[in-house]
Amino acid sequence: MADHARLLDVEGLQGLISVLVAHGYTVVAPTVREGAIVYGSVTSVDELPRGWGDEQDAARYRLRRRDDDAFFGYAAAPQAAKPVMFPAEELLWRGRRDGDGFAVEQGLPDGPPVALLGVRACDLSALQIHDTVLAKRQWVDVRYAARRADSLVIAVACGSPAGTCFCVSMGTGPRPQSGFDLSLTELLDGGRHEFLVEVGSERGGQLLAEVTTQNAAVEDVTAAEAVVADAAQRMGRTLDTDGLREVLYANMESPRWDDVASRCLACTNCTLVCPTCFCTSVQDTADLGATTAERHRVWDSCFNEDFAYIHGGSLRKETGARYRQWITHKLGSWIDQFGTSGCVGCGRCITWCPAAIDITAEAAALRGTPEPPRAGADTFEPTGSPA
Amino acid sequence: MSIVLDPLTPGAPHAPADPMAPRPYRVTRSRQDTRDTLTLELEPVEGPPLTYKAGQFTMLHVFGIGEVPISISGDCTRPGPLEHTIRDVGSVTHALVSAGPGAIVGVRGPFGTAWDVGVGRGGDVVFVAGGIGLAPLRPAVLEVLADRDAYNRVVLLYGARTPEDILFEDELRVWAKEHGVAVEVTVDNGQHAWRGKVGLVTALVPRAGFDPRNTIALVCGPEIMMTYVAAALSDRGVPDSQIQMSMERNMKCGVGLCGHCQMREHFICVDGPILTYDRLAPLMSVQEL
Repeated sequence: MADHARLLDVEGLQGLISVLVAHGYTVVAPTVREGAIVYGSVTSVDELPRGWGDEQDAARYRLRRRDDDAFFGYAAAPQAAKPVMFPAEELLWRGRRDGDGFAVEQGLPDGPPVALLGVRACDLSALQIHDTVLAKRQWVDVRYAARRADSLVIAVACGSPAGTCFCVSMGTGPRPQSGFDLSLTELLDGGRHEFLVEVGSERGGQLLAEVTTQNAAVEDVTAAEAVVADAAQRMGRTLDTDGLREVLYANMESPRWDDVASRCLACTNCTLVCPTCFCTSVQDTADLGATTAERHRVWDSCFNEDFAYIHGGSLRKETGARYRQWITHKLGSWIDQFGTSGCVGCGRCITWCPAAIDITAEAAALRGTPEPPRAGADTFEPTGSPA
Repeated sequence: MSIVLDPLTPGAPHAPADPMAPRPYRVTRSRQDTRDTLTLELEPVEGPPLTYKAGQFTMLHVFGIGEVPISISGDCTRPGPLEHTIRDVGSVTHALVSAGPGAIVGVRGPFGTAWDVGVGRGGDVVFVAGGIGLAPLRPAVLEVLADRDAYNRVVLLYGARTPEDILFEDELRVWAKEHGVAVEVTVDNGQHAWRGKVGLVTALVPRAGFDPRNTIALVCGPEIMMTYVAAALSDRGVPDSQIQMSMERNMKCGVGLCGHCQMREHFICVDGPILTYDRLAPLMSVQEL
């Protein structure tokens, strides 16, 4: 890392954003909006969540003031980069009646290329999983592929995991490992405010070369390593992945599904915040005379009753069957399909479940072991279940 | 940016190949098979006809209404119109069966895996169909009959709801009389005029007279019927890997992207719809999987 590492100060971070903007990128970065960290378009470091952290536990999310000026001092934001690269709704095609038939005009992304700034290691893994699922198989989501091909990713190592985080268990973080153009580690030790920058691609190196940086010293690299090593010790959750697919496959008929179903609202929150969930539906709209029609791809969820509908009825009428589908796919059959787990350990499904259902606890229960320890989260004293 | 797709050259340099873009086809003929089932013959408005394998399906789109996955029911061994046999059960299938000659529908595909009849050469072939499930099997039957001498005994076991629901009745006679297919039909409910069998198609399996170890079985019908038929075939000694089944699931894309059709590790649209029973048996026994 030391060979390639550069050092950027706050002014340099602004310089980097300005260079990206000058190159035509829309810089999408964390901002504070409506009491949460929300990705938005930025042109200035002043728009970043400076001095904000977060507290997360099952069914709980709060921003909190930090006692420092960290720009990236929070854990997983409510949404990852998923809606940027894979919008919740997207035009597939627009058709016009044309004599007896119809002519189809394809919808394609038409915005400027996006530079994602502040991508966590967990979300970076999720992005790579989406690349595999949506753009590297026999059939391709051409809109996702086009948007991704133009995009730039600036990862930021996580130094402030939350109570619902378990990226260490999933082997995805807290240090960004691959798939980035640039990777930053925010250094606040000794009262300084700098970023160690690792170059992950030629394009990233070219852009960084236009920004004023300094050579990183060995001490800077050591300090950056300490940030992620410390974060790795403070995961709020753990998930034992050893043989987990086999555990799930052996539990297709477990009474646990009824137990989960008694708590699960089938609200779909977990699938909407999950950075790897990719299930979609299509919606057709037509004008009253049916002379023009549009077909849109929209996010869907395996928790919706009509998700598995075939003539005769839904194949998964019971909520327990839908939860089984979700967790078995996420932690088990995903491995058969794509070679990796579908879970990156970001903890969003735990945080945003209104019923506080915890994927790590459910997996442990299916394994027949006590709930895993929840030690180490530095940010939040659990206050019990929300009323 | 939006670009006009050239239906002649999907994937032309100016446009990424988009599996979600339908290609217009004209209905050249529609044939009423039974009271609620109709076969559409389609030809592309422009460009070459679709090439496909027996067992594959397409996504059929009715402008302004929607899209459904339908297995191809035509003969892939000879050129001709693209055929789909459709039962009128929902809004899109109703619009499809109502689309008379001249109407334009959208076609995506062909998608999915195919029946493998070649693997059964030199042995017996047992087709087991339930209801509209005979339609996806028809291309496989025709493929076997086009190479009839390569197979020993060929059996078709077919269960329909009533005698009026029997599909391809004239063809069944031809297959029996001219091609030496042992055709056995049973119905759930028969009136007095019905002199054939009444009961489940599963009951026909033990007396179908095939050499289990040297048989391939191709099965298509409602999932509950396939579950029992596969178990009956397996009980007779047909290896699970030689029992091929065509699965039905909800599909929005047909190309493995939408996630709707998953049956645990299988995307039925790309890993199926044709899968062998050795891969399906552990899954078909689980409720609501």
